[in-house]
Amino acid sequence: MTLLLSCKQFLTELNAYLDEETSAEERSQLQSHINECPNCWVVVDTTQKTMRVYKGAEPQAVPQDVSERLMAALRRKMADKRGGC
Amino acid sequence: MQASNGSVVFDEAALVERARGGDDAAFAGLVEQYQRKIYRLARNITQNAEDAEDVLQDAFLKAYTNLGKFHGDSKFYTWIVRIAVNEALMKLRKRRGDKMVSLDEEIELGEESVTREIAVWDGNPEQTYSQEEMRKLLDDAIQSLKPTFRSVFQLRDVEELSTEETAEALELSVPAVKSRLLRARLQLRERLTKQFKRKGDDAFAFL
Ligand SMILES: [Zn+2]
Repeated sequence: MTLLLSCKQFLTELNAYLDEETSAEERSQLQSHINECPNCWVVVDTTQKTMRVYKGAEPQAVPQDVSERLMAALRRKMADKRGGC
Repeated sequence: MQASNGSVVFDEAALVERARGGDDAAFAGLVEQYQRKIYRLARNITQNAEDAEDVLQDAFLKAYTNLGKFHGDSKFYTWIVRIAVNEALMKLRKRRGDKMVSLDEEIELGEESVTREIAVWDGNPEQTYSQEEMRKLLDDAIQSLKPTFRSVFQLRDVEELSTEETAEALELSVPAVKSRLLRARLQLRERLTKQFKRKGDDAFAFL
């Protein structure tokens, strides 16, 4: 007998589903909810895409002046260490 | 080291080993490799350019000073992320003054449901928008989250730390990380869907 999940129950398990942290049995239960419920299917699809665009986004270069000050601070620290002993 | 395709392979473990042995150029190589990501992380958590610069500097200077305490049982990157997160949270708390930023407040998947926007996306936004436009959209969306959701999402889904590593870095329990991540993902999904949805698909929500 298959117990039908409510959308709310499905959403509670959404991360486990997306991160593949479910047992095979739970997974097929979640899967059958998506097959029956177009709204939850859309939520899964668009959440996966949300995660994908963030993972794929290249970080912007550090502004040059910020990076230069970082390297200067680091060089001072390195010189201190060598001079200090 | 040269890869077969001609690009330079970044060998974190080898650089860390040399840096630990006192090779400052190797440490500078690690900084070079990770400064973009650490700066993004710092900006996203502190939401302030000045604080982000302090976090960037303090994190790498601390890592340099404490390199001897880094045991190599985790990745250097995970370690530097944890140092930077600590610095960033301290900044955030200082700036908010007495209004303590607690990452630990109770949250539930409430009835104000974060899933009102049910619409498929219009193709592939990475192809529709320029890299610059995408970056702005993604940054704006992340800035709209509460600090507690923002930090968890940043570490789990942007920096790709594990649930356990995220919990440790933010001093949260594993269930707390999981519930915050769910809220963060759903809120971002909601916001991005408003931006990326196929026009004329709204009726779908009432089916
Ligand atoms: Zn459903």
